[in-house]
Amino acid sequence: MTPFTNFESRVVPLPLNNVDTDQIIPARFLKTTSKQGLDKQLFCDWRYDAQGNPKPEFILNQPRAAGAQVLLAGDNFGCGSSREHAPWALTQFGFRAVLSTSFADIFKQNSLKNSLLPIVIPVDVQAELFAAVEADPAAVVKIDLASQTLTTPSGRAVEFPIDAFSKHCLLEGVDELGYILNQESAIKAYEQSHPAGIDALAG
Amino acid sequence: MPRTIIEKLWDAHVVHQQPGAPALLFIDLHLVHEVTSPQAFQGLRERGLKVRRPDLTIATADHSIPTSDRSLPIVDEIAARQLAQLETNCAEFGIRCLGVHSDRQGIVHVIGPELGLTQPGMTVTCGDSHTATHGAFGALAFGIGTSEVENVLATQCLLQRPSKSFRVEVNGRLRPGVSAKDIILALIAGIGVGGGTGSVFEFTGSAIRGLSMEERMTVCNMSIEGGARAGLIAPDDTTFEYLAGRPHAPKGAAWDAAVSRWRQLPTDEGAAYDRSVTIDADALEPMITYGTNPGMGMSIGATLPDPAALADPMQRESVSKALAYMGLEGGKPLAGHAIDVVFIGSCTNSRISDLRAAAAMLRGRKVSPNVRVMVVPGSQEVKRQAIAEGLPEVFRAAGCEWREPGCSMCIAMNGDQLSPGQYAVSTSNRNFEGRQGKGGRTFLASPLTAAASAITGVVTDARTML
Repeated sequence: MTPFTNFESRVVPLPLNNVDTDQIIPARFLKTTSKQGLDKQLFCDWRYDAQGNPKPEFILNQPRAAGAQVLLAGDNFGCGSSREHAPWALTQFGFRAVLSTSFADIFKQNSLKNSLLPIVIPVDVQAELFAAVEADPAAVVKIDLASQTLTTPSGRAVEFPIDAFSKHCLLEGVDELGYILNQESAIKAYEQSHPAGIDALAG
Repeated sequence: MPRTIIEKLWDAHVVHQQPGAPALLFIDLHLVHEVTSPQAFQGLRERGLKVRRPDLTIATADHSIPTSDRSLPIVDEIAARQLAQLETNCAEFGIRCLGVHSDRQGIVHVIGPELGLTQPGMTVTCGDSHTATHGAFGALAFGIGTSEVENVLATQCLLQRPSKSFRVEVNGRLRPGVSAKDIILALIAGIGVGGGTGSVFEFTGSAIRGLSMEERMTVCNMSIEGGARAGLIAPDDTTFEYLAGRPHAPKGAAWDAAVSRWRQLPTDEGAAYDRSVTIDADALEPMITYGTNPGMGMSIGATLPDPAALADPMQRESVSKALAYMGLEGGKPLAGHAIDVVFIGSCTNSRISDLRAAAAMLRGRKVSPNVRVMVVPGSQEVKRQAIAEGLPEVFRAAGCEWREPGCSMCIAMNGDQLSPGQYAVSTSNRNFEGRQGKGGRTFLASPLTAAASAITGVVTDARTML
């Protein structure tokens, strides 16, 4: 995993609550056996018409979205299916952070494993940001993970929560599997004291 | 200190807890399917890792598998490749695969319980958000992403943080025509699709105790639709009776020992929950969703919400956008609305009791000539049982399609799908935009409501036809 570094970016506003992972990437694209090539499929059914042409009114097709690394969403972003294809598609499009008042649990965990930072913001900050980027599409936010600070276009510094372990993994580019593999002796000890109740290979 | 079943399950599976890090949790059963596993197996290959516990892992093909004649080649080449990849990966890593041609193939959340692999007291994971289904057995069962699938394959462990406990107490008795599906749809309509975020539901109360295991699975299945990480029900005699004699259930003295262990699982008297809600089963009516998330649901006789009457602008926008997508008008009733397709199936409602309920409604009746009705059993085992009971004849005589097991039109990856603009009454779990086919419009409901609506060709309160 690539270490997460500070950055500033324009913001793509998506003022909808409960954006589900079926919208982020529709299920028909999940027949792939690869993690790659998903950027074109991001928000596919909102982004393209029946002929596959970009819908100009959708935010990702507007010039302001080009190069933007921050998505600003309504409440409960990423609900529904557990598909990790959602953060894969978001990061391949170029997003490095999503701002919302809340995230669905599985989406949040999947994002953290892919250097996509889910930033939980209070309702008033969400409202300020939607207003700011509507007034000025070129407005930028700054994201500093080490100090857990989001700086709004008005210069207001907002501290955001993240657990210490996830922060460490993001900043150092540590992947969880490496960490778990280092717990080998504890896993072995647990297995020895907890005999399996099933043998799925039998029968 | 009295503990909830959620805390007991958690405590029993903590392998290691480093200060400042999430707990390392042992996983007793890992279910694998073709869609969320290929990249995980590839990850193992790249790191030179093996599957640590093939004895605790089982795979099946369900999401992208066609539900048409299995003796024919698979037309969709990408799906065929993905299904073949699953078999290759399982063979290479030594995992048992109940694949396309297995007589045990089925939806992953149907086959785990029917094989007796899912047992009380377990932790169960799968790269699928409906893994909470297995919570019906008093297991801590939750969906994970592909990176976590890779973690479990390699180490049989996951890094996890404890969830909050959320008791959902359902008391009383369901009235005729009201089912387990209506309990969970009512809960989600009440708390919203984010209402359970960060929590595990424990379903309790006399109405839950009165449910069969299959009905309990329907309730737990949709926990994720209320935002919860998992949902579970403490095991009791109903659980043990269901499990006894299943292929992977303990036998003889081991069975007796297991049952006495399982009897220790229920929540202790006086244990505290972070949150509780109560549902009166006697007051429940058949539920149906009208919008584009499972929280947009109401009693089947109710009128659609009027966005103009909603105070919160974001909520107004959400409901208004949903109604526009659905082609519906606020303030009007939904009952009587014409439909094009009925889907009876999915990990929520494809078990034998679901098929029996639908067949009882359809017996001796014909479905509307305007409606395509697909009946998709959850597994080969469910299919065999249905055949033994003569259910396919009932469905065919009524004008329904009787298909091969799989997820089918719940996720519409396999060619079973709605056309743009079509309306479906579906027994599945998600009504998101395009979920059942691009531009398709889904009303989620119980098998009974689906079967009644199939006959009339419009959204129908099944109680008028019992």
